[in-house]
Amino acid sequence: MASRGVRLAVLGALAVALVALPFVADKFYVQLATKVLILAIFVMSLDLLVGYTGLASLGHAAFYGFAGYLLALITPQYEAASLWTSLPIALAGSALLALVIGTMVLRTSGIYFIMATLAFGEMLFHVFHDTSIAGGSDGIYIYVRPVATIFGWLPFDFEKFTHFYFVVLVATLGVYAVLRNILDSPFGRVIVGIRVNEQRMRSLGYHTFRYKLACFVLAGTLAGLAGYLAAVQFGVVNPDMLGFHLSASGLMMLILGGMGTLVGPVIGAAAMMVLELVFQGISEHWLLLMGGFIVLVVLVLPHGLIGIVSRRGAREDPHG
Amino acid sequence: MAEPGARESVLSTEALSRRFGGLAAVDRVSIECRMGEVHAVIGPNGAGKTTLINLLSGDLAPSGGRVFLRDREITGLRPDQISRLGVGRSYQKTNVFLPFTAFENARLAAQSRLPTSMRFLRSARTYREVNEAAERALAQAGLRGREGVPVAALSHGEQRQVEIAMTLATGPSLLLLDEPLAGMGAEESARIVELLRKLVTDHAILLVEHDMDAVFAVASVLTVMVNGTVLASGTPAAIRGNAEVQQAYLGAEEPH
Repeated sequence: MASRGVRLAVLGALAVALVALPFVADKFYVQLATKVLILAIFVMSLDLLVGYTGLASLGHAAFYGFAGYLLALITPQYEAASLWTSLPIALAGSALLALVIGTMVLRTSGIYFIMATLAFGEMLFHVFHDTSIAGGSDGIYIYVRPVATIFGWLPFDFEKFTHFYFVVLVATLGVYAVLRNILDSPFGRVIVGIRVNEQRMRSLGYHTFRYKLACFVLAGTLAGLAGYLAAVQFGVVNPDMLGFHLSASGLMMLILGGMGTLVGPVIGAAAMMVLELVFQGISEHWLLLMGGFIVLVVLVLPHGLIGIVSRRGAREDPHG
Repeated sequence: MAEPGARESVLSTEALSRRFGGLAAVDRVSIECRMGEVHAVIGPNGAGKTTLINLLSGDLAPSGGRVFLRDREITGLRPDQISRLGVGRSYQKTNVFLPFTAFENARLAAQSRLPTSMRFLRSARTYREVNEAAERALAQAGLRGREGVPVAALSHGEQRQVEIAMTLATGPSLLLLDEPLAGMGAEESARIVELLRKLVTDHAILLVEHDMDAVFAVASVLTVMVNGTVLASGTPAAIRGNAEVQQAYLGAEEPH
């Protein structure tokens, strides 16, 4: 149990490190941190579904990849798209996709929900992989990153990796703050109630389907934000962005970090990326080491890595 | 107690039935529940009392017959729709949110009376009317001072009280109570009986209960069910004197 003072000190040090990073670290590490933050947004959005609402989705990458593809498709070949039009279009696209898929998959529950989300994710993967609408299996390159020009003024430049890092940092903190706020709102209390006892929520007068759908759309939109930022960072989109592998990795990061906590996803994303580097340096069979590590964490820390520091280690349920 | 017939009918059913395969769990049951009355449904285990409540609350869809809430037909509506029309039910088997505090259980119930919970901005803790309704319901159910305790850490009897508090927190005009006293100690039982006496002045109450002392203390109408059908229905005095009922259920011993 960490005291309040210790916790504030740790948070303060972390804040200083995050702000100072681009000034002291190599480009490689700044880009790695950017990647971790983008994944953290993706896994936080997954936590809203899995950890808080109790909807275990195996197709969450669909919304991530779809937003990336939308950016690639609306970017002119050798010119930049505008951030202020391409981002809303990508988010709206992901939201709409989540609305359509959610309307169907949320009619199922439990293991059937998992299978239905997996099926829709794979369908989307094959639409982009097997047809020529978006470059097939090679995907599409984004040669010029979106520009953020407002009436001739450029507040930040995505071609500069330090600028991009700070934008992603602000986006990550923003998503965290928005989700924290939502989880404390009447809506947030309802979705947690649905996880604990959906039948009782219904008999109390809640039309639970609507709340689950709203949650699915919100999570899909935030995954879209992550996918958009990933497409900007890597300058390329391909079907792997939509597929099962990323959906499963997201779940693994969530479990590794600790679900139902919002901080766990950030820890999980960071741990996974750092461990990948470390294990790759040790052996070419690094996936074996990674798998072993995850099994170990699940056995020793059933609440994830956050269980080491958090008071109860478990998810934070509302206590009035 | 009120004279039957003088008061507004809140709930009525016409030949309500529910079959599970070949078994008629509820078989052409027609009952009525009036404002200001406790209508107790009694009968041996397996008589179909809980199934009847499930049909009235929408947890189960009827196989036949109709349900009316005042003049409105509610047959086949979803549980959330029926709840929002002012029907509150409690469960025989405690059906609460175990990880949450007693207060959050009642608060979540009270929050369901907001026009919508699609509210994302303000903290749920700042809705004063909701908090007050939750506190009132907890106090009515005898849980004052226990608000902050996670329900999982409460005694079985207290969990039963949370169950009742949640039902009250939605502000219903009709209460469907499925064995509210089961598992309660003598003191809590007496408190809940006292509460039912108070509630009945401005509620209609359908009570399924095995505690005959409690039933005869509060009910103004009794319906006896056996094997899914209504064996007899009438005032407590009439039921007490009914030979068929005595044979089927109450036994030779005279209830007091």
